[in-house]
Parts: sequence; structure tokens; C-alpha cells
Amino acid sequence: MNWEVVIGLETHVELATKTKIFCSCTTAFGGAPNTHCCPICTGMPGTLPVVNRMVVEFAARAGLALNCEITRKNRFDRKNYFYPDLPKAYQVSQLYLPIARNGRVPIQTEQGGEKVIRIHELHMEEDAGKLVHDPWADQTRCDYNRCGVPLIEIVTEPDFRTAEEVVAYLEQLRSTLEYLGVSDCKMQEGSLRCDVNLSVRPVGSETLGTRTEMKNLNSFKAIARAIAYESRRQIELLEEGKRVVQETRRWDENKDATFSMRSKENAQDYRYFPEPDIPPLELSEAYLEQLRARQPEMAQARRARYQRDYGLPASDAGILTGQKALVDFFEAVIALGAPPREAANWMLGELMRRLKEEGQEPKSMALTPGTLAKLIGMVSAGRINRNTAVKVFRAIFPDDGDPEEYVQAHGLEQVQDAGLVERTVEEVLSNQTAAVADFRAGNVKALGFLVGQVMRQLKGKADPQAVNRAVSERLKQPEN
Amino acid sequence: MKITPEMVDYISELSRLRLSDSEREKMTGELEQILAYMDVLNGIDTDGVEPVSHIFPIKNVLRDDVVEASFDRAELLRNASWADTETFLVPKAVD
Ligand SMILES: [Zn+2]
Repeated sequence: MNWEVVIGLETHVELATKTKIFCSCTTAFGGAPNTHCCPICTGMPGTLPVVNRMVVEFAARAGLALNCEITRKNRFDRKNYFYPDLPKAYQVSQLYLPIARNGRVPIQTEQGGEKVIRIHELHMEEDAGKLVHDPWADQTRCDYNRCGVPLIEIVTEPDFRTAEEVVAYLEQLRSTLEYLGVSDCKMQEGSLRCDVNLSVRPVGSETLGTRTEMKNLNSFKAIARAIAYESRRQIELLEEGKRVVQETRRWDENKDATFSMRSKENAQDYRYFPEPDIPPLELSEAYLEQLRARQPEMAQARRARYQRDYGLPASDAGILTGQKALVDFFEAVIALGAPPREAANWMLGELMRRLKEEGQEPKSMALTPGTLAKLIGMVSAGRINRNTAVKVFRAIFPDDGDPEEYVQAHGLEQVQDAGLVERTVEEVLSNQTAAVADFRAGNVKALGFLVGQVMRQLKGKADPQAVNRAVSERLKQPEN
Repeated sequence: MKITPEMVDYISELSRLRLSDSEREKMTGELEQILAYMDVLNGIDTDGVEPVSHIFPIKNVLRDDVVEASFDRAELLRNASWADTETFLVPKAVD
């Protein structure tokens, strides 16, 4: 039988506000345990939460960017459960009236087409604290520094059929949130976390199979591998005539498999009810209009502009605009006067290659736009040729070295002396008589060989095109 | 709605309440009364009436995103029934 995999995603994104959602404690990462806490975020009786204006703004702007309908009359609800990561024994969230609903996120599919992923809802909530289970004593340590850090949870409809679609969506989502500046979306630090709901069904079937929920996925790679593993596991169960059990499963990166989590008893019964401590939140049309007017130019619009104004191929424009760090870098390089196509070629070629080699993300690289702009300037001024520039780039990339200094220190400046080039051509041609004869006999390839020899003599520091011209010119002259 | 002793057990489990037999019996009767009152409320015609989730006529109580000093940790931890010098402690709670 042929099976279809059906996937929905729940993504939690930490908002880049300075303070927590209901109190003025800092959201800064790190800090000694329980030093970013106050009576409100530690759930002391008698305290009152007050909503951070910026959380509402960020959530609404994310909703607008994901093409959602914004809920004008908002409310918060309590999700009740006993687990010590939440000192109040409930999480303040939004169940009945989430701030945004019915969104659409277009993604590019593997086949080059476009597919729309529907957003079911986006709501605001608070993060939980960190627990450390003592391996030697019957105790768990609770650190509430992260407790009350604002999150948005973005829930999709079960619209994905492959891991590639999931990753394409997450890349699109990350780029959108980064463009908006509402989150730094660092998966490793947990500011973007993903739960994957997955089920399988026979191709053609309209009803959904029993789904499992996978947690603990902290990289795109882990998500893709967990999806591959879990769909195989479910298909095997069904083909053996067994049943899939609805449960939460934990992805184990090291074992490359998912494992059933001991279910917290009755964990699904959260007994939501309206949060009585927070008055309703009403968003006026004027407010939303003002937010819409302030939305930045998003990836798609920029992609189109790069193709139209700079003549970049669609795929190049797509990669550049895919990550905020890349697009900011690109815009900075061209603002410094580098020709856009030249800047794009460097970034998509050598820069991406070096990032890959160093295992780095664009947002964490040392290289600054000024350095690349300078290097490009040196090439167009004819001071170094392209091959040399690549060498320089590779060397200065990790520490953002100065290309000028590097060229000086390694004597890489291009030979500007036309006389020297001519003398070298003369010398090479008189030594390589066989190749010269070859060329004259009609073997055009011999020209490339001769140019290569001249470049070698000049230690690669000449302009290859000038050498090519000089060799061609000389060969056109009659034999002496 | 009929409240059964099993339903009371379930709710007290969710609320982490340990009830004696007599308390359970008392609770069963009280819950039934409360739900009977809900039936009275359900009988009221609320067509066209906007649901209320907050009793005061206020809305949009918001604060600016400005960091203020957090609380003294020792002071905070003094409110806990069990703590060390840095963290709140609870009996081991492995998921
Ligand atoms: Zn606080």
C-alpha cells in the first residue's frame, strides 16, 4: 500500500522584547538562577500581571506578516497544570481568542512550484522556567529566570506532506520573523522551538490517521530526520496490522529515534478558563493600520526587487533574501558602492562556501560588509585579479582581516608593468616551441596552455585577460 | 448533571487534593448543587449579549517595555517552603 504522511507544526518563538510578558524583569539570556525574577514571575500570591505593550505589538505584527486575520477583542486564558516549571500551576495563554487566525504562508516546493501552508492560529503566552533534576538527591532545582519570557505559538493546519515542505516553511517563518525584528530565532538557544504532529494514511484517504507529537527538535536537520524516522515507524506498525498510539514522543538526536514519553497523568485536561487578572485587550483599526504602515519590506518583495533592479537570477535573489543576516550584509556592501551583481556573486560563491567550511551561520560570522566592499573595489581597480582576490578572501574571512594589508604582506599586488608582461610572453613563447607550433597548426587549446605558462611565470599576479590579449597578439605576428 | 464519586476523584487528582471519604461525599453533593445552578444560568436568554470575561469596565491595561531591577533573590527564596541559596526546590519531578 502507498502511504501519505500528514504533518502539522506548532512553533514556539521567543519574542525579542527587553522585559517579560507580565513584569519588568529582564529577558536577557543567562544570569545566575532566579536573579531575573520578581514576585509576579515567581507566582507569589496577591500579585497582578500587567501586559507588556511590545508583546502585543510583536504578536500582531507577526500575525499581519503571516497574512492572518487579527482578533480585535483579545483575552488571555489560564491553562492549568501542575508541574514545577510553572510556579503559578497555570500558564497564561490564549485559547478562546488568539490574537491572530487564518493565515497563509506560501512556500517554494522541491519541484519549484508554490504551496500555501495555512496558519490555524497565533497566540501569546508565557515561557516556563528551567528544571534541573538532581542526580543524587530526591530533589529538583527550579530556576525561574525564563519564566514569563514572552512567546508566540504559531499553529499550522496539517498541510505538510514531506520533511522538505516543513523545512521550507520554517525557513520562511524564520526569515519573516527576523525581517520583522520580533525574534532572533536562534534554534540552538531555544528561541525557536518546534513540535511536530505527524500521522500517516493510505494515499487517497480523506480521514486523518492517529497522530503522535514529537518534541525536543532543535535544528532543521533534527526535524527532517525525526520526520523520516517517525513516518517509517508508523507505516511499519500499520503494515504489521498494529495501531499507532496517540502520544507524545521525544526525539533522541544521538540514537536517531523517537521514544514514547511517560505521559503525565491526565495531562491533556488543562481546564482552561478566562484569566481574571488581565482586562480585555482591544486592538483598534487605527492601531493595526499604524502597524501595517510600519511593516518592513519582506523577503518576497525584496527578492522581486533584486531580480528587477539588479538583474539577479531568481535563485540567487532567493538565497540572499532567505536570511536576514545575509540580506542586511548584501545591502550594506552595495551601499558602500560595490556593484550589486558583483556583491551577490561573492556572497553566493565564496562567502557561502567559507560559511559551510567553518560550519557557521551568516548571523555569527566575523566578516563585515566593509571588508568585502573593499576587496571588490581592489579587483575592479585592477590591483588584484579575481583568483588572487579569492585567495585573499579565504584567508581574511575568519577574522575579518584587512584585504589591503594582506595583499601588501604577501606581495600579491597585480603586475601593472606592461613591459614585464610582454617580456614574459616573449620568453615563454620562445621556450614553448611545440605549443606554439600546435597553435599555428590550428589547435586552439594550445592558447590556454601558453597563457597558463605566462601566468605561472608571473606567479599568478597578472591580469589573466591582459595576458590572454598579449599572447594572442604575439601569436598573430608572423613567425620570425 | 449527575456527579459521580469517580468524577470527584478525577477532579481532585487534577487539583492535587487528597480528600477523605466524608469530604468526597460532601464535595459530590456540593458540586452537583453548583452545576444545578449553572443549569439555571443556562436557561437565561443571552442572545445578543456579549460575553464578559472581566467584571470591571476597563481594557488595554499595558506597560512599556522598560527593564526594572528584579527582586532580591534571598528575599524571594524566603517565601518558598523549600529552597537552597540559589533555587526553589521541589521533590524530584521527572517528566
Ligand atoms: Zn518578574
